[in-house]
Amino acid sequence: MTRAVGERLDTPTLVGLYERMLLIRRFEERASEYRLAGHIPGFLHPCIGQEASAVGACAALGPDDVILSTHRGHGHMLARGADPGRMYAELYARVEGYNRSKGGSLHMIDTELGFLGANGIVGGGIPIAGGAALQQKRRGRGGVAVSFFGDGAVNQGAFHEVLNLCALWSLPAVFVCENNLYGEFTPQADQSPIPDVADRAAAYAMPGTIADGNDVLDVYEKVAEAVARARAGDGPSLVECKTYRHRGHYEGDMCSYRPEGELEQWLETDPTITFPARLAQELGVDETELGEVRARVERRLDEAAAFAAAGTVAGVEQTLEHVYADSIDSKALR
Amino acid sequence: MSTIRFGQAITQALDEEMSRDPEVILLGEDIGRPGGSFGITRGLLEKHGEDRVLDTPISEEAVVGAALGASMMGARPVVEIMFNDFIVLAMDQVVNQAAKIHYMTGGRLSAPLVIRMLCGTNGSTAAQHSQSLEAWFAHVPGLKVVAPSTPRDAKAFLKAAIRDPDPVMFFEQRMLYNTKGEVDGDSEPAPLGEGLVVREGGDLTIATYMRGVHQALEAAAILEEDGISVEVWDVRSLVPFDRDGLRASLERTGRLLTLHEAVARGGFGAEIAAIAASEMFDLLKAPIGRVGALATPHPYAPQLEAAMLPSVERIVDVARATVRGGAGVV
Repeated sequence: MTRAVGERLDTPTLVGLYERMLLIRRFEERASEYRLAGHIPGFLHPCIGQEASAVGACAALGPDDVILSTHRGHGHMLARGADPGRMYAELYARVEGYNRSKGGSLHMIDTELGFLGANGIVGGGIPIAGGAALQQKRRGRGGVAVSFFGDGAVNQGAFHEVLNLCALWSLPAVFVCENNLYGEFTPQADQSPIPDVADRAAAYAMPGTIADGNDVLDVYEKVAEAVARARAGDGPSLVECKTYRHRGHYEGDMCSYRPEGELEQWLETDPTITFPARLAQELGVDETELGEVRARVERRLDEAAAFAAAGTVAGVEQTLEHVYADSIDSKALR
Repeated sequence: MSTIRFGQAITQALDEEMSRDPEVILLGEDIGRPGGSFGITRGLLEKHGEDRVLDTPISEEAVVGAALGASMMGARPVVEIMFNDFIVLAMDQVVNQAAKIHYMTGGRLSAPLVIRMLCGTNGSTAAQHSQSLEAWFAHVPGLKVVAPSTPRDAKAFLKAAIRDPDPVMFFEQRMLYNTKGEVDGDSEPAPLGEGLVVREGGDLTIATYMRGVHQALEAAAILEEDGISVEVWDVRSLVPFDRDGLRASLERTGRLLTLHEAVARGGFGAEIAAIAASEMFDLLKAPIGRVGALATPHPYAPQLEAAMLPSVERIVDVARATVRGGAGVV
């Protein structure tokens, strides 16, 4: 029996979770439109459908915590509180973007928020998260490192090496697997004989739990438990969020590999619809308030898109900047 | 000033940098109480503590990733990879992650880590423990690549590498570990990117690094008896590369021979030759000579390995051909 939402967090916080999920949903939907309109030159891997796992997990974090994300990382970044204007500016390849137009969707960062990067390599962020957890432990301020990855990444060697290492050293890491049932174009069942990724935690002597990845509060509570364990010095945990991506692996993928009816079934648990419905039903959050949330999100994204469109384009002289940090980009480094 | 072995110079650099900066940490297989496969980290755990000398599982990718993640948050990690042959297990973290983090974040993050790797043969170490893979990393923008030939350079460059804000691939040739040389007591780091004229000459520049420097000096002594005056130029740092140093040497000699223990095909000597041919052609009086290993995996049998690797005799032959204006290949 699902507990009432009001028992778990106060109403403004719950409405805030809805707003953030909606911000992610609309950010992604608009990005798709902006790409088709020719404003975004590169790849997009939309996280539409997975908003609850991003927002629920990030709601469990504090300011000292850091995040390593994936190719499907916009949601994690927005959930952490990133500025959609600087994100769109990066997607538009403008200097005002988070990475000064050098990275694009797959490499976005916000160091001030401890968002240490999306990643273009499946599983590529997991080892870095291990290192971030090592440094968190060395700092001794109770910070944790969260590693997001999908069900595809758990078949990479890095996943196993890093879980072993982090468990061995009791590092404050939280591994959040967003199991959206597909690794690229292939169902999870065709890639692994183990349906529940959480089961793999047993191999590394750490807790493995399953969250309903479309229930933002369930994700929040399971991740919060893992974070508390990490902060207490008791080591890493693995949390598997069962979810689904409504769109393809990347924008433009027609999803011909999906069985008929599967998407429709998952749309019934769409967190941007089910969660506000619960807020209305259980807490009496009325349509006026929900409408204000929706309007606020649209206004914010209007401004964000306008900021990106007004951004500046890097001069070609910037091609050679930032190859090395010691700014001796001289002929010796050609 | 004291005379120490190459391996001791590495140990001193690590020890002194760890004493100077608490953010310097070491990670690697067997580097803790065992002191490393070659004894380089012996005593460092006892002195600096197990929180800073981290003995790891045999998980190169996780270990390099750990160093990278920690470096992005302020640590100065130094990873020991037992043989450079094993770095392939961590190539995603080196090539796709560490090398590119500064650039792809528009300069907002950097990865100040050092990866120390043993390279080269130690005699019948065969195909998976003998390679010299430095050229691979010189090909990747964002990495620096250092290849010292003496204890003095090993110490000074390792200290510089640890203080450097970028990822540095630091090569240590196994055959050099027991060679001796003079080192200053508490030496300062030397800037990366400066070659060094080890022996002056007027007819031919041998541009080389690591053990090649020592072989080139032997060859130079033999060639001197033929009346050929050889300048030995120690590249020392592949990235950054000292173009001005190469030019200055070619201004004196007008002829170039590149030498390294790595396989000649696609080796860093090819890059040096290309720089000379494309940017300094006016200085060249003869085709460029190349000496490197034959393009085979390292054979186990001693006589086959000897045939594969560059020898002083082969260097002398190619040097003679180059100075005579003939084709000096392999």
